[in-house]
Amino acid sequence: MNSLISVRNFNLYYGDNHALHNINMDIMEHEITALIGPSGCGKSTFLRCLNRMNDLIENVRLDGSIVYKGQELVNSKVNVSALRKSVGMVFQKPNPFAMSIYDNIAYGPRIHGVKNRSALDEIVESSLKKAAIFDEVKDRLKSSALGLSGGQQQRLCIARALAVEPEVLLMDEPTSALDPISTGKIEELTCELKKKYSIVIVTHNMQQALRISDKTAFFLLGDLVEMDSTDNIFTKPKDKRCEDYVTGRFG
Amino acid sequence: MKNRIQQDFTDILAKGIFTFLGYLNIVFVVVICFYLIISGIPAIFKVGFTDFIFGTRWASTAQDRAFGILPFILTSVYGTFGALLIGLPLGFFTSVYLAKFANKKVKSFVESTVDLLAGIPSVVFGFIGMLVLVPSIQYVFDLPDGSSLLAAILVLSIMILPSIIKVSIGAIQSVPYEYELGSLALGANRVETVYKVLVPAARRGISIAVVLGVGRAIGEAMAVMMVAGNVANMPGIFESVRFLTTAVASEMSYSSGLQREALFSIALVLFIFIMAINAVLNLVMKKRGKTK
Repeated sequence: MNSLISVRNFNLYYGDNHALHNINMDIMEHEITALIGPSGCGKSTFLRCLNRMNDLIENVRLDGSIVYKGQELVNSKVNVSALRKSVGMVFQKPNPFAMSIYDNIAYGPRIHGVKNRSALDEIVESSLKKAAIFDEVKDRLKSSALGLSGGQQQRLCIARALAVEPEVLLMDEPTSALDPISTGKIEELTCELKKKYSIVIVTHNMQQALRISDKTAFFLLGDLVEMDSTDNIFTKPKDKRCEDYVTGRFG
Repeated sequence: MKNRIQQDFTDILAKGIFTFLGYLNIVFVVVICFYLIISGIPAIFKVGFTDFIFGTRWASTAQDRAFGILPFILTSVYGTFGALLIGLPLGFFTSVYLAKFANKKVKSFVESTVDLLAGIPSVVFGFIGMLVLVPSIQYVFDLPDGSSLLAAILVLSIMILPSIIKVSIGAIQSVPYEYELGSLALGANRVETVYKVLVPAARRGISIAVVLGVGRAIGEAMAVMMVAGNVANMPGIFESVRFLTTAVASEMSYSSGLQREALFSIALVLFIFIMAINAVLNLVMKKRGKTK
Protein backbone atom coordinates (compact mmCIF):
# COMPACT_ATOMS: atom_id res chain seq x y z
CA MET A 1 0.00 0.00 0.00
CA ASN A 2 1.09 3.49 -0.80
CA SER A 3 1.05 6.66 1.17
CA LEU A 4 -1.59 8.85 -0.46
CA ILE A 5 -1.20 11.91 1.69
CA SER A 6 2.02 12.63 3.49
CA VAL A 7 2.18 15.30 6.12
CA ARG A 8 5.59 16.60 7.20
CA ASN A 9 6.42 19.08 9.98
CA PHE A 10 3.01 20.66 9.61
CA ASN A 11 2.14 23.60 11.88
CA LEU A 12 -1.00 25.68 12.08
CA TYR A 13 -1.49 28.98 13.91
CA TYR A 14 -4.70 30.86 14.65
CA GLY A 15 -3.30 34.35 15.09
CA ASP A 16 -0.86 33.88 17.97
CA ASN A 17 -2.28 30.54 18.99
CA HIS A 18 -0.13 27.64 17.83
CA ALA A 19 -2.94 25.14 17.25
CA LEU A 20 -1.20 22.20 15.55
CA HIS A 21 2.41 21.34 16.41
CA ASN A 22 4.74 19.72 13.97
CA ILE A 23 2.43 17.01 12.66
CA ASN A 24 3.94 14.10 10.71
CA MET A 25 1.59 11.54 9.25
CA ASP A 26 1.11 9.22 6.32
CA ILE A 27 -2.38 8.41 5.15
CA MET A 28 -2.55 5.18 3.21
CA GLU A 29 -4.62 4.24 0.21
CA HIS A 30 -7.76 2.18 0.78
CA GLU A 31 -7.59 2.43 4.51
CA ILE A 32 -9.74 4.08 7.09
CA THR A 33 -7.69 6.44 9.20
CA ALA A 34 -9.40 7.57 12.39
CA LEU A 35 -8.42 10.80 14.12
CA ILE A 36 -9.34 10.69 17.79
CA GLY A 37 -8.75 12.93 20.78
CA PRO A 38 -10.64 15.21 23.15
CA SER A 39 -12.53 18.30 21.90
CA GLY A 40 -10.32 21.15 20.83
CA CYS A 41 -7.29 18.98 20.17
CA GLY A 42 -7.10 20.14 16.55
CA LYS A 43 -8.21 17.02 14.74
CA SER A 44 -11.07 18.67 12.83
CA THR A 45 -8.85 21.62 11.94
CA PHE A 46 -6.26 19.19 10.65
CA LEU A 47 -8.88 17.38 8.58
CA ARG A 48 -9.88 20.66 6.94
CA CYS A 49 -6.31 21.27 5.82
CA LEU A 50 -6.43 18.10 3.72
CA ASN A 51 -8.84 19.68 1.22
CA ARG A 52 -8.02 23.31 1.88
CA MET A 53 -11.30 24.03 3.66
CA ASN A 54 -9.02 25.83 6.11
CA ASP A 55 -8.95 28.62 3.48
CA LEU A 56 -12.34 29.70 4.81
CA ILE A 57 -11.01 30.47 8.26
CA GLU A 58 -9.58 33.93 8.67
CA ASN A 59 -6.29 34.63 10.38
CA VAL A 60 -4.75 31.20 9.88
CA ARG A 61 -1.09 30.65 9.13
CA LEU A 62 0.40 27.33 8.03
CA ASP A 63 3.87 25.95 7.57
CA GLY A 64 5.35 22.58 6.76
CA SER A 65 4.13 20.34 4.02
CA ILE A 66 1.13 18.25 3.06
CA VAL A 67 1.62 16.38 -0.20
CA TYR A 68 -1.33 14.73 -1.90
CA LYS A 69 -0.55 12.82 -5.11
CA GLY A 70 2.54 14.87 -5.74
CA GLN A 71 0.82 18.19 -5.08
CA GLU A 72 1.89 20.46 -2.25
CA LEU A 73 -1.22 21.71 -0.46
CA VAL A 74 0.32 24.05 2.10
CA ASN A 75 0.48 27.70 1.03
CA SER A 76 0.48 26.67 -2.62
CA LYS A 77 -1.51 27.78 -5.62
CA VAL A 78 -3.20 24.43 -5.98
CA ASN A 79 -6.46 24.27 -7.97
CA VAL A 80 -8.78 24.19 -4.97
CA SER A 81 -11.83 23.19 -6.98
CA ALA A 82 -10.07 20.15 -8.48
CA LEU A 83 -8.56 19.27 -5.11
CA ARG A 84 -11.93 19.29 -3.37
CA LYS A 85 -13.44 17.25 -6.17
CA SER A 86 -10.77 14.66 -5.51
CA VAL A 87 -10.81 14.96 -1.72
CA GLY A 88 -14.46 15.02 -0.71
CA MET A 89 -15.88 15.91 2.67
CA VAL A 90 -18.80 14.85 4.84
CA PHE A 91 -19.74 17.08 7.75
CA GLN A 92 -20.85 16.59 11.31
CA LYS A 93 -24.34 17.90 10.73
CA PRO A 94 -26.06 16.43 7.66
CA ASN A 95 -26.25 19.36 5.24
CA PRO A 96 -28.34 18.45 2.19
CA PHE A 97 -29.22 21.52 0.11
CA ALA A 98 -32.79 22.79 0.05
CA MET A 99 -33.50 21.08 -3.26
CA SER A 100 -34.65 17.68 -4.48
CA ILE A 101 -32.74 14.49 -3.74
CA TYR A 102 -31.83 14.25 -7.41
CA ASP A 103 -30.56 17.83 -7.59
CA ASN A 104 -28.50 17.37 -4.44
CA ILE A 105 -26.56 14.53 -6.02
CA ALA A 106 -26.40 16.15 -9.46
CA TYR A 107 -25.13 19.42 -8.00
CA GLY A 108 -21.45 18.42 -7.89
CA PRO A 109 -21.32 16.82 -11.36
CA ARG A 110 -23.14 19.85 -12.80
CA ILE A 111 -20.61 22.20 -11.21
CA HIS A 112 -17.85 20.18 -12.83
CA GLY A 113 -19.48 20.37 -16.22
CA VAL A 114 -21.68 17.31 -16.67
CA LYS A 115 -24.76 18.49 -18.55
CA ASN A 116 -26.02 15.40 -20.34
CA ARG A 117 -29.30 14.31 -18.80
CA SER A 118 -28.78 10.56 -19.06
CA ALA A 119 -25.22 10.82 -17.77
CA LEU A 120 -26.56 12.71 -14.74
CA ASP A 121 -29.30 10.13 -14.22
CA GLU A 122 -26.66 7.45 -14.18
CA ILE A 123 -24.41 9.30 -11.75
CA VAL A 124 -27.33 9.96 -9.40
CA GLU A 125 -28.38 6.34 -9.37
CA SER A 126 -24.91 4.89 -8.94
CA SER A 127 -23.96 7.41 -6.23
CA LEU A 128 -27.11 6.68 -4.26
CA LYS A 129 -26.42 2.97 -4.62
CA LYS A 130 -22.83 3.37 -3.40
CA ALA A 131 -24.13 5.20 -0.36
CA ALA A 132 -26.67 2.43 0.26
CA ILE A 133 -29.66 4.74 0.14
CA PHE A 134 -30.98 4.18 -3.38
CA ASP A 135 -33.69 1.71 -2.41
CA GLU A 136 -35.08 4.05 0.21
CA VAL A 137 -35.35 7.08 -2.06
CA LYS A 138 -35.72 5.76 -5.62
CA ASP A 139 -39.43 6.56 -5.72
CA ARG A 140 -39.02 10.14 -4.57
CA LEU A 141 -35.93 11.48 -6.26
CA LYS A 142 -37.83 14.66 -7.12
CA SER A 143 -38.96 15.43 -3.59
CA SER A 144 -37.06 17.65 -1.20
CA ALA A 145 -34.01 16.19 0.49
CA LEU A 146 -35.02 18.01 3.67
CA GLY A 147 -37.86 15.52 4.14
CA LEU A 148 -35.44 12.65 4.82
CA SER A 149 -34.50 11.47 8.30
CA GLY A 150 -31.17 12.55 9.78
CA GLY A 151 -29.48 9.25 8.98
CA GLN A 152 -30.82 9.24 5.43
CA GLN A 153 -29.70 12.84 5.00
CA GLN A 154 -26.18 11.91 6.05
CA ARG A 155 -26.05 9.01 3.60
CA LEU A 156 -27.38 11.39 0.95
CA CYS A 157 -24.49 13.73 1.77
CA ILE A 158 -22.08 10.83 1.37
CA ALA A 159 -23.69 10.02 -1.98
CA ARG A 160 -23.37 13.69 -2.94
CA ALA A 161 -19.67 13.60 -2.11
CA LEU A 162 -19.22 10.36 -4.10
CA ALA A 163 -20.98 11.80 -7.15
CA VAL A 164 -17.92 13.85 -8.12
CA GLU A 165 -15.75 10.72 -8.05
CA PRO A 166 -13.34 11.55 -5.28
CA GLU A 167 -10.44 9.38 -4.22
CA VAL A 168 -10.39 10.45 -0.61
CA LEU A 169 -13.32 11.02 1.69
CA LEU A 170 -12.86 13.20 4.75
CA MET A 171 -15.52 12.62 7.38
CA ASP A 172 -15.85 15.06 10.24
CA GLU A 173 -17.71 13.25 13.04
CA PRO A 174 -20.28 12.01 10.53
CA THR A 175 -22.40 10.16 13.06
CA SER A 176 -22.33 12.44 16.07
CA ALA A 177 -25.77 13.86 15.24
CA LEU A 178 -27.33 10.45 14.50
CA ASP A 179 -29.09 7.69 16.43
CA PRO A 180 -27.39 4.31 16.98
CA ILE A 181 -29.14 2.53 14.11
CA SER A 182 -28.27 5.23 11.58
CA THR A 183 -24.75 5.28 13.01
CA GLY A 184 -24.48 1.54 12.42
CA LYS A 185 -25.53 1.98 8.81
CA ILE A 186 -23.01 4.73 8.20
CA GLU A 187 -20.24 2.63 9.77
CA GLU A 188 -21.14 -0.35 7.64
CA LEU A 189 -21.18 1.89 4.58
CA THR A 190 -17.82 3.40 5.47
CA CYS A 191 -16.23 -0.07 5.68
CA GLU A 192 -17.73 -0.90 2.30
CA LEU A 193 -16.44 2.35 0.78
CA LYS A 194 -12.83 1.80 1.72
CA LYS A 195 -12.49 -0.76 -1.05
CA LYS A 196 -12.71 2.09 -3.53
CA TYR A 197 -11.83 5.15 -1.53
CA SER A 198 -9.40 6.20 1.14
CA ILE A 199 -11.13 7.55 4.20
CA VAL A 200 -10.07 9.86 7.01
CA ILE A 201 -12.62 10.09 9.78
CA VAL A 202 -12.66 12.32 12.83
CA THR A 203 -14.59 10.75 15.66
CA HIS A 204 -15.29 11.29 19.32
CA ASN A 205 -16.54 7.78 19.59
CA MET A 206 -13.63 5.48 20.38
CA GLN A 207 -15.73 2.37 19.84
CA GLN A 208 -16.38 3.63 16.36
CA ALA A 209 -12.67 4.11 15.66
CA LEU A 210 -12.06 0.60 16.97
CA ARG A 211 -14.86 -0.90 14.88
CA ILE A 212 -14.07 0.59 11.51
CA SER A 213 -10.58 2.04 11.24
CA ASP A 214 -7.31 0.48 10.15
CA LYS A 215 -5.09 3.23 11.53
CA THR A 216 -5.76 5.49 14.45
CA ALA A 217 -4.09 8.81 15.21
CA PHE A 218 -4.43 10.24 18.70
CA PHE A 219 -4.32 14.03 18.99
CA LEU A 220 -3.95 15.96 22.22
CA LEU A 221 -3.71 19.72 22.59
CA GLY A 222 -2.44 20.18 19.05
CA ASP A 223 0.09 17.36 19.15
CA LEU A 224 -0.12 14.13 17.24
CA VAL A 225 0.75 11.97 20.22
CA GLU A 226 0.67 8.57 18.62
CA MET A 227 -0.35 6.97 15.37
CA ASP A 228 -0.36 3.27 14.69
CA SER A 229 -2.59 0.45 13.56
CA THR A 230 -5.91 0.65 15.37
CA ASP A 231 -5.24 -2.67 17.12
CA ASN A 232 -1.99 -1.41 18.57
CA ILE A 233 -3.45 1.91 19.67
CA PHE A 234 -6.25 0.20 21.55
CA THR A 235 -4.38 -2.81 22.94
CA LYS A 236 -0.80 -1.69 23.46
CA PRO A 237 -0.43 2.06 23.12
CA LYS A 238 3.10 3.27 23.66
CA ASP A 239 2.27 6.63 25.11
CA LYS A 240 0.76 6.91 28.59
CA ARG A 241 -1.60 9.76 27.57
CA CYS A 242 -2.90 7.71 24.67
CA GLU A 243 -3.47 4.74 26.93
CA ASP A 244 -5.35 6.87 29.43
CA TYR A 245 -7.56 8.26 26.68
CA VAL A 246 -8.45 5.01 24.93
CA THR A 247 -9.15 3.27 28.20
CA GLY A 248 -11.50 6.10 29.11
CA ARG A 249 -9.56 7.62 31.98
CA PHE A 250 -10.04 11.12 30.55
CA GLY A 251 -11.58 12.77 27.54
CA MET B 1 -53.59 42.61 52.80
CA LYS B 2 -54.36 46.07 51.52
CA ASN B 3 -51.16 45.95 49.51
CA ARG B 4 -52.26 42.73 47.83
CA ILE B 5 -55.58 44.15 46.79
CA GLN B 6 -53.86 47.21 45.42
CA GLN B 7 -51.57 45.03 43.38
CA ASP B 8 -54.44 42.99 42.00
CA PHE B 9 -56.21 46.17 41.07
CA THR B 10 -53.16 47.52 39.21
CA ASP B 11 -52.86 44.23 37.36
CA ILE B 12 -56.47 44.27 36.28
CA LEU B 13 -56.30 47.93 35.30
CA ALA B 14 -53.13 47.44 33.28
CA LYS B 15 -54.52 44.39 31.56
CA GLY B 16 -57.71 46.30 30.76
CA ILE B 17 -55.84 49.22 29.25
CA PHE B 18 -53.59 47.02 27.11
CA THR B 19 -56.51 44.95 25.88
CA PHE B 20 -58.43 48.09 25.04
CA LEU B 21 -55.50 49.52 23.10
CA GLY B 22 -55.03 46.25 21.28
CA TYR B 23 -58.63 46.12 20.18
CA LEU B 24 -58.53 49.80 19.26
CA ASN B 25 -56.20 48.88 16.39
CA ILE B 26 -58.67 46.38 15.08
CA VAL B 27 -61.42 48.96 15.36
CA PHE B 28 -59.43 51.40 13.23
CA VAL B 29 -58.91 48.82 10.50
CA VAL B 30 -62.53 47.71 10.53
CA VAL B 31 -63.86 51.27 10.48
CA ILE B 32 -61.62 52.23 7.56
CA CYS B 33 -62.64 49.07 5.69
CA PHE B 34 -66.33 49.66 6.13
CA TYR B 35 -66.11 53.35 5.40
CA LEU B 36 -64.27 52.66 2.14
CA ILE B 37 -66.68 49.94 1.08
CA ILE B 38 -69.80 51.87 1.96
CA SER B 39 -68.68 55.10 0.37
CA GLY B 40 -66.95 53.43 -2.55
CA ILE B 41 -69.69 51.15 -3.84
CA PRO B 42 -72.47 53.58 -4.81
CA ALA B 43 -70.52 55.37 -7.54
CA ILE B 44 -69.50 52.07 -9.08
CA PHE B 45 -73.16 51.22 -9.51
CA LYS B 46 -74.17 54.68 -10.65
CA VAL B 47 -71.47 54.70 -13.33
CA GLY B 48 -71.88 51.00 -14.06
CA PHE B 49 -69.29 48.42 -13.10
CA THR B 50 -67.87 47.84 -16.59
CA ASP B 51 -67.92 51.53 -17.51
CA PHE B 52 -66.11 52.31 -14.28
CA ILE B 53 -63.43 49.62 -14.28
CA PHE B 54 -62.91 49.26 -18.03
CA GLY B 55 -63.83 52.75 -19.17
CA THR B 56 -60.83 54.43 -20.78
CA ARG B 57 -61.94 58.03 -20.36
CA TRP B 58 -61.88 59.97 -17.13
CA ALA B 59 -63.45 63.42 -17.35
CA SER B 60 -64.89 64.18 -13.96
CA THR B 61 -65.54 67.87 -14.46
CA ALA B 62 -66.27 68.04 -18.17
CA GLN B 63 -69.65 68.82 -19.69
CA ASP B 64 -70.15 65.24 -20.78
CA ARG B 65 -68.75 63.44 -17.81
CA ALA B 66 -67.00 60.06 -17.88
CA PHE B 67 -65.68 58.01 -14.99
CA GLY B 68 -63.57 55.28 -16.53
CA ILE B 69 -60.59 54.37 -14.34
CA LEU B 70 -58.84 51.86 -16.58
CA PRO B 71 -56.08 54.42 -17.30
CA PHE B 72 -55.36 54.67 -13.56
CA ILE B 73 -55.46 50.93 -13.00
CA LEU B 74 -53.14 50.22 -15.90
CA THR B 75 -50.82 53.05 -14.93
CA SER B 76 -50.55 51.69 -11.40
CA VAL B 77 -49.96 48.16 -12.68
CA TYR B 78 -47.41 49.18 -15.32
CA GLY B 79 -45.71 51.61 -12.96
CA THR B 80 -45.36 48.98 -10.25
CA PHE B 81 -44.24 46.34 -12.68
CA GLY B 82 -41.72 48.68 -14.27
CA ALA B 83 -40.35 49.71 -10.90
CA LEU B 84 -39.94 46.05 -10.02
CA LEU B 85 -38.24 45.34 -13.32
CA ILE B 86 -35.51 47.83 -12.47
CA GLY B 87 -35.53 47.76 -8.68
CA LEU B 88 -35.57 43.99 -8.22
CA PRO B 89 -32.38 43.07 -10.08
CA LEU B 90 -30.63 46.11 -8.65
CA GLY B 91 -31.73 45.36 -5.10
CA PHE B 92 -31.18 41.64 -5.45
CA PHE B 93 -27.60 41.90 -6.68
CA THR B 94 -26.86 44.54 -4.07
CA SER B 95 -28.07 42.25 -1.34
CA VAL B 96 -26.13 39.25 -2.68
CA TYR B 97 -23.03 41.39 -2.75
CA LEU B 98 -23.60 42.75 0.74
CA ALA B 99 -24.58 39.43 2.27
CA LYS B 100 -21.78 37.33 0.81
CA PHE B 101 -19.00 39.27 -0.87
CA ALA B 102 -18.58 42.69 0.71
CA ASN B 103 -16.12 43.13 3.56
CA LYS B 104 -17.43 44.30 6.91
CA LYS B 105 -16.60 47.98 6.44
CA VAL B 106 -18.23 48.27 3.04
CA LYS B 107 -21.21 46.28 4.24
CA SER B 108 -21.96 48.45 7.25
CA PHE B 109 -21.45 51.62 5.21
CA VAL B 110 -23.77 50.53 2.42
CA GLU B 111 -26.33 49.17 4.86
CA SER B 112 -26.54 52.43 6.75
CA THR B 113 -26.85 54.28 3.44
CA VAL B 114 -29.74 52.00 2.50
CA ASP B 115 -31.35 52.74 5.87
CA LEU B 116 -30.99 56.42 5.12
CA LEU B 117 -32.61 55.89 1.72
CA ALA B 118 -35.55 54.23 3.45
CA GLY B 119 -35.95 57.26 5.70
CA ILE B 120 -36.08 59.89 2.97
CA PRO B 121 -39.62 61.32 2.74
CA SER B 122 -41.36 60.61 -0.54
CA VAL B 123 -41.84 64.30 -1.23
CA VAL B 124 -38.06 64.61 -1.41
CA PHE B 125 -37.90 61.80 -3.95
CA GLY B 126 -40.58 63.64 -5.90
CA PHE B 127 -38.72 66.91 -5.63
CA ILE B 128 -35.44 65.48 -6.88
CA GLY B 129 -37.32 63.65 -9.62
CA MET B 130 -38.98 66.87 -10.67
CA LEU B 131 -35.78 68.89 -10.74
CA VAL B 132 -33.35 66.32 -12.12
CA LEU B 133 -35.12 63.35 -13.66
CA VAL B 134 -37.95 65.04 -15.53
CA PRO B 135 -35.74 67.60 -17.34
CA SER B 136 -33.21 64.85 -18.12
CA ILE B 137 -35.86 62.66 -19.68
CA GLN B 138 -37.18 65.59 -21.63
CA TYR B 139 -33.68 66.32 -22.93
CA VAL B 140 -32.53 62.77 -23.59
CA PHE B 141 -35.66 61.63 -25.41
CA ASP B 142 -36.41 65.02 -26.90
CA LEU B 143 -39.94 65.26 -25.53
CA PRO B 144 -42.17 68.31 -25.07
CA ASP B 145 -42.50 67.36 -21.40
CA GLY B 146 -40.42 64.93 -19.34
CA SER B 147 -43.17 64.22 -16.81
CA SER B 148 -44.04 60.67 -17.72
CA LEU B 149 -44.63 57.10 -16.69
CA LEU B 150 -40.90 56.53 -17.22
CA ALA B 151 -40.02 59.20 -14.66
CA ALA B 152 -42.45 57.66 -12.17
CA ILE B 153 -41.02 54.18 -12.75
CA LEU B 154 -37.47 55.38 -12.16
CA VAL B 155 -38.42 57.17 -8.94
CA LEU B 156 -40.43 54.19 -7.70
CA SER B 157 -37.65 51.73 -8.50
CA ILE B 158 -35.33 53.66 -6.21
CA MET B 159 -37.97 53.99 -3.52
CA ILE B 160 -38.55 50.23 -3.34
CA LEU B 161 -34.83 49.43 -3.13
CA PRO B 162 -34.49 49.61 0.67
CA SER B 163 -37.23 47.09 1.42
CA ILE B 164 -36.00 44.69 -1.27
CA ILE B 165 -32.39 44.94 -0.12
CA LYS B 166 -33.07 44.57 3.59
CA VAL B 167 -35.40 41.60 3.29
CA SER B 168 -33.21 39.83 0.71
CA ILE B 169 -30.09 40.25 2.81
CA GLY B 170 -31.89 38.73 5.75
CA ALA B 171 -33.11 35.85 3.63
CA ILE B 172 -29.68 35.07 2.20
CA GLN B 173 -27.95 35.36 5.55
CA SER B 174 -30.42 33.04 7.23
CA VAL B 175 -29.39 30.13 4.98
CA PRO B 176 -27.32 27.80 7.20
CA TYR B 177 -23.54 28.08 6.86
CA GLU B 178 -23.42 24.29 6.42
CA TYR B 179 -24.96 24.68 2.95
CA GLU B 180 -22.08 26.88 1.97
CA LEU B 181 -19.53 24.44 3.37
CA GLY B 182 -21.21 21.54 1.60
CA SER B 183 -21.10 23.29 -1.73
CA LEU B 184 -17.50 24.50 -1.39
CA ALA B 185 -16.39 21.03 -0.32
CA LEU B 186 -17.71 19.68 -3.63
CA GLY B 187 -15.34 21.97 -5.47
CA ALA B 188 -17.81 24.76 -6.26
CA ASN B 189 -16.48 28.31 -6.14
CA ARG B 190 -18.05 31.13 -4.15
CA VAL B 191 -20.13 32.51 -7.00
CA GLU B 192 -21.56 29.09 -7.85
CA THR B 193 -22.24 28.48 -4.19
CA VAL B 194 -24.12 31.74 -3.78
CA TYR B 195 -26.23 31.50 -6.93
CA LYS B 196 -26.88 27.79 -7.05
CA VAL B 197 -27.27 26.93 -3.37
CA LEU B 198 -27.83 29.99 -1.20
CA VAL B 199 -30.18 31.95 -3.42
CA PRO B 200 -32.45 28.98 -4.20
CA ALA B 201 -32.57 28.21 -0.49
CA ALA B 202 -33.50 31.84 0.20
CA ARG B 203 -36.07 32.14 -2.57
CA ARG B 204 -39.08 32.37 -0.24
CA GLY B 205 -37.54 35.26 1.65
CA ILE B 206 -36.66 36.92 -1.62
CA SER B 207 -40.23 36.54 -2.87
CA ILE B 208 -41.37 38.28 0.31
CA ALA B 209 -39.04 41.12 -0.63
CA VAL B 210 -40.71 41.29 -4.03
CA VAL B 211 -44.19 41.47 -2.55
CA LEU B 212 -43.14 44.19 -0.11
CA GLY B 213 -41.64 46.13 -2.99
CA VAL B 214 -44.89 45.83 -4.95
CA GLY B 215 -46.86 47.02 -1.93
CA ARG B 216 -44.63 50.03 -1.49
CA ALA B 217 -44.74 50.95 -5.18
CA ILE B 218 -48.48 50.63 -5.69
CA GLY B 219 -49.34 52.66 -2.60
CA GLU B 220 -46.98 55.55 -3.29
CA ALA B 221 -48.72 58.84 -4.14
CA MET B 222 -46.69 61.95 -3.47
CA ALA B 223 -43.53 61.20 -5.41
CA VAL B 224 -45.31 59.89 -8.50
CA MET B 225 -47.72 62.80 -8.52
CA MET B 226 -44.77 65.15 -8.80
CA VAL B 227 -43.08 63.40 -11.71
CA ALA B 228 -45.78 61.59 -13.68
CA GLY B 229 -47.52 64.63 -15.13
CA ASN B 230 -50.85 63.69 -13.56
CA VAL B 231 -52.94 63.61 -16.73
CA ALA B 232 -55.56 60.89 -17.11
CA ASN B 233 -54.09 59.36 -20.26
CA MET B 234 -53.94 55.70 -21.09
CA PRO B 235 -50.42 54.73 -20.04
CA GLY B 236 -47.49 54.92 -22.41
CA ILE B 237 -43.89 55.07 -21.37
CA PHE B 238 -43.42 58.75 -22.38
CA GLU B 239 -47.03 59.70 -21.69
CA SER B 240 -48.08 61.93 -18.81
CA VAL B 241 -50.07 59.62 -16.60
CA ARG B 242 -52.10 59.44 -13.42
CA PHE B 243 -51.93 56.59 -10.87
CA LEU B 244 -54.78 55.26 -8.70
CA THR B 245 -53.25 57.00 -5.72
CA THR B 246 -52.73 60.32 -7.44
CA ALA B 247 -56.20 60.23 -8.97
CA VAL B 248 -57.65 60.36 -5.48
CA ALA B 249 -55.16 62.85 -4.12
CA SER B 250 -55.34 65.34 -6.95
CA GLU B 251 -59.11 65.82 -7.14
CA MET B 252 -60.32 65.23 -3.60
CA SER B 253 -59.88 68.81 -2.46
CA TYR B 254 -62.34 70.32 -4.95
CA SER B 255 -64.61 67.36 -5.69
CA SER B 256 -68.31 67.09 -5.13
CA GLY B 257 -71.26 64.84 -5.86
CA LEU B 258 -70.69 61.85 -8.12
CA GLN B 259 -67.11 62.94 -8.73
CA ARG B 260 -66.37 62.69 -5.01
CA GLU B 261 -68.11 59.34 -4.77
CA ALA B 262 -66.09 58.05 -7.72
CA LEU B 263 -62.88 59.07 -5.95
CA PHE B 264 -63.90 56.90 -3.03
CA SER B 265 -64.48 54.07 -5.47
CA ILE B 266 -60.95 54.52 -6.82
CA ALA B 267 -59.66 54.34 -3.26
CA LEU B 268 -61.64 51.14 -2.82
CA VAL B 269 -60.06 49.61 -5.93
CA LEU B 270 -56.60 50.57 -4.67
CA PHE B 271 -57.47 49.10 -1.30
CA ILE B 272 -58.49 45.81 -2.93
CA PHE B 273 -55.18 45.73 -4.83
CA ILE B 274 -53.22 46.21 -1.61
CA MET B 275 -55.30 43.63 0.26
CA ALA B 276 -54.59 41.15 -2.53
CA ILE B 277 -50.88 41.84 -2.24
CA ASN B 278 -51.04 41.31 1.50
CA ALA B 279 -52.91 38.06 0.99
CA VAL B 280 -50.17 36.86 -1.34
CA LEU B 281 -47.58 37.89 1.23
CA ASN B 282 -49.34 35.93 3.96
CA LEU B 283 -49.61 32.93 1.71
CA VAL B 284 -45.90 32.99 0.94
CA MET B 285 -45.03 33.39 4.63
CA LYS B 286 -47.28 30.50 5.62
CA LYS B 287 -45.76 28.22 3.01
CA ARG B 288 -42.36 29.14 4.32
CA GLY B 289 -43.36 28.14 7.82
CA LYS B 290 -44.59 24.78 6.59
CA THR B 291 -41.42 23.64 4.88
CA LYS B 292 -39.33 24.62 7.89
